[in-house]
Amino acid sequence: MIEVESVTKRFGPILAVDQISFHVPRGEVVGFLGPNGAGKSTTMRILAGFFPPTSGRASVGGNDVTTHSLQVKQMVGYFPERVSVYPDLPVRSFLDFVAEAKDVPRSERKREISRVIESCGLDKVSDRIIGHLSKGYRQRVGIAQALIHKPQVLILDEPTIGLDPEQVVEIRRLIRDLGSERTVILSTHILSEVSTVCDRVIIINGGRILASQSLAELRSQLQQTRRVRVEVEGPDARVRHVLEKLPGVEKVRGSEFGVQESESRARGPASNSNGTFIVEYTGDDIRKVVSRAILEHGWELLEVRSVEPTLEDMYLQLVREAEKSMND
Amino acid sequence: MKFLCVFKKELRLYFGSFIAYALATAFLVLTGYFFYTDLIFYDLFGDFMDITTSLWYYFFQQDMRFVIMLILPLLTMRLFAEEKKLGTIELLWTYPLKDPHIILGKFFACFVVFVMMVACTLAYPLLLSTLHQFDWGPPLAGYLGTILLGAAFIACGTFISSLTENQAVAGMATYGVLVLFWFLTWNEEAIGQQLINSVSAFSLFDRFQDFAKGVINTKDVLFFLAMTLLFLYLTLQSLESRKWRGTR
Repeated sequence: MIEVESVTKRFGPILAVDQISFHVPRGEVVGFLGPNGAGKSTTMRILAGFFPPTSGRASVGGNDVTTHSLQVKQMVGYFPERVSVYPDLPVRSFLDFVAEAKDVPRSERKREISRVIESCGLDKVSDRIIGHLSKGYRQRVGIAQALIHKPQVLILDEPTIGLDPEQVVEIRRLIRDLGSERTVILSTHILSEVSTVCDRVIIINGGRILASQSLAELRSQLQQTRRVRVEVEGPDARVRHVLEKLPGVEKVRGSEFGVQESESRARGPASNSNGTFIVEYTGDDIRKVVSRAILEHGWELLEVRSVEPTLEDMYLQLVREAEKSMND
Repeated sequence: MKFLCVFKKELRLYFGSFIAYALATAFLVLTGYFFYTDLIFYDLFGDFMDITTSLWYYFFQQDMRFVIMLILPLLTMRLFAEEKKLGTIELLWTYPLKDPHIILGKFFACFVVFVMMVACTLAYPLLLSTLHQFDWGPPLAGYLGTILLGAAFIACGTFISSLTENQAVAGMATYGVLVLFWFLTWNEEAIGQQLINSVSAFSLFDRFQDFAKGVINTKDVLFFLAMTLLFLYLTLQSLESRKWRGTR
C-alpha cells in the first residue's frame, strides 16, 4: 500500500531524512518511533503529499506522491503534528468544508459528518466554535477531519499527545478499530502506545531507519537473552564466580553497569551497592538454580527476580548503537 | 468548481470573525463622510460646475480610491498569513485541492466582501437622486473603476500575504506596495519624462482617473484585469515554491 524507496529530504543544509526505504502492506498498523527531530514528521508529510522528497520515490496505493499527488491526497487521511483547525469555525461547518474539499458527494456529506462526529465523540460540541473547545476536543476534531472521506490510508502524527489518560485510551481504541480495515501509520515517542496499537514498529533516528520489525519479532529477539536480577549478601567476587559457573549463564554484571537504565534510575544510585548482579542467560528459567546455588554456599539470598526486557531497552540500545556508529 | 469550498470557508471566516463587519463599518463611515463633504462643496459651488467633474470626480478620484487603499490591505492580510501561522495551511495542502483552487477561492471571497461594501455606498447616489436629477452614467463608470481597482489591490494583497506568516507584516508590506504605486508618477521632474512614461504604465492609480471622469476605456479595463491576473500568478508561484524550496 505504501512504498518508500531511498527517500531523502533536505532543508537547506539540514538533512532531515536520509535514504530511507520501507513498505507497508494493506491493513497493517505501523508505529513510527523515534526521538524528537528524528525525521518522523518529515516522512509523514512526504507521504501525505505536503511536500515532495528531495530524492527517492514514495508512493501510496501505486500513486507517486510527486507526480500523482492529487490521487495520493484523495487516499490519505492526515493528522498533522501541530493540531491545526480553524479556531473561528463551528465544528460542523469545519467538517462540512473538509468533506467538500475531499470530494465527499453532496448526498452523503451529511451522513459522513454525523458518522465522524459520533465516532470521535464530538456529539456534545458539534455546534460550538472550535477555538472555544478544550485541547482534547480540538484533537478529536483533527482526527475527525482525517477520517471524513473514509481514507484507505491514515497518517497520524502523534495523535495522543496532550490528551488526558482516558482520552488516550479512547483514541487508541479508535485507531485500533480503524486499523482493522485500513493501513495506518502513526508516529509517537510513547513506547507503550506502540505495543498496544501497532502490528509493526519502525524505529527511526537521525533521519535513518534503525529497525523495522513486527512486534512479535521484536519481542522474541528481546527474549532470546533473558535476565535475572540477584541480590546477595556475601563476598562479591566469589558470588560472581559461582554465578558465572551456572549452566546457561552467558554473562554476569554488577547492576551499576546494567542495561536496565530506567530501573536503576528509578531506584536511585544508592541501591547500586555491590551484591546486586544481573545474570544474562539462555534456556529455561534459571531462578531456582540460582537460589539453590547461593544457599548452598551459605550466603543470604535477598532477591531473585526475572527482568522483563522492554521496548524501552530495545529502543535505547538501538539509538545508542546508532549514535556510536555515527561517531566512529 | 472545486474552489467553491475554499470560497465558502473564507466567507464564513470573514463573517464569523467579524473582520468583515468591522472593516465594512470603517469603510462606510469614511466614504459616507467624504460623500457628505463633496456634496456640500457641490451644493455651494455647483451652480457653475458640471456634477461629473465636481461631485463624482472628487468622490471617486480623491476619496473612494484612498479609502479602498486603506481598507483592502486589512482585508487581504490574513488570507495566507493566518493559515500559515495557525498551521491550517498544512491541511489545505494535504487535501485534494490544487493551488489555483485555493488561490481563487480566497481571492473571490475577499472580492465578494469588498463588492458588498462598495454596493452599500450606492445608497449615497440613490438618496441624492431623490432630491436632484443627474445622469447615472458617470457614477456607474466610477463604480466599475472602483471594483476593478479593488480587484487589483486584492490580488496584490493576496500575493503579499502568501509571502509571510505574519499578518501585520503582510498588511504593512501591502500598504508599502500600494503607496508606491500611488506616488510612482508624482515627481515628473525628478525622474525624467522618459522614465515617467514607462513607470506610469504600471501605475494603478493613474489608470483610475478616466473612470472617475465617467469614461470607460477598454484599455484601462484590460490593464486592471491584467494586473489582477499578474498578482494571482505571482501568488501561485509563491505557493508552488514550497515544492522546491528548503523550508519546513
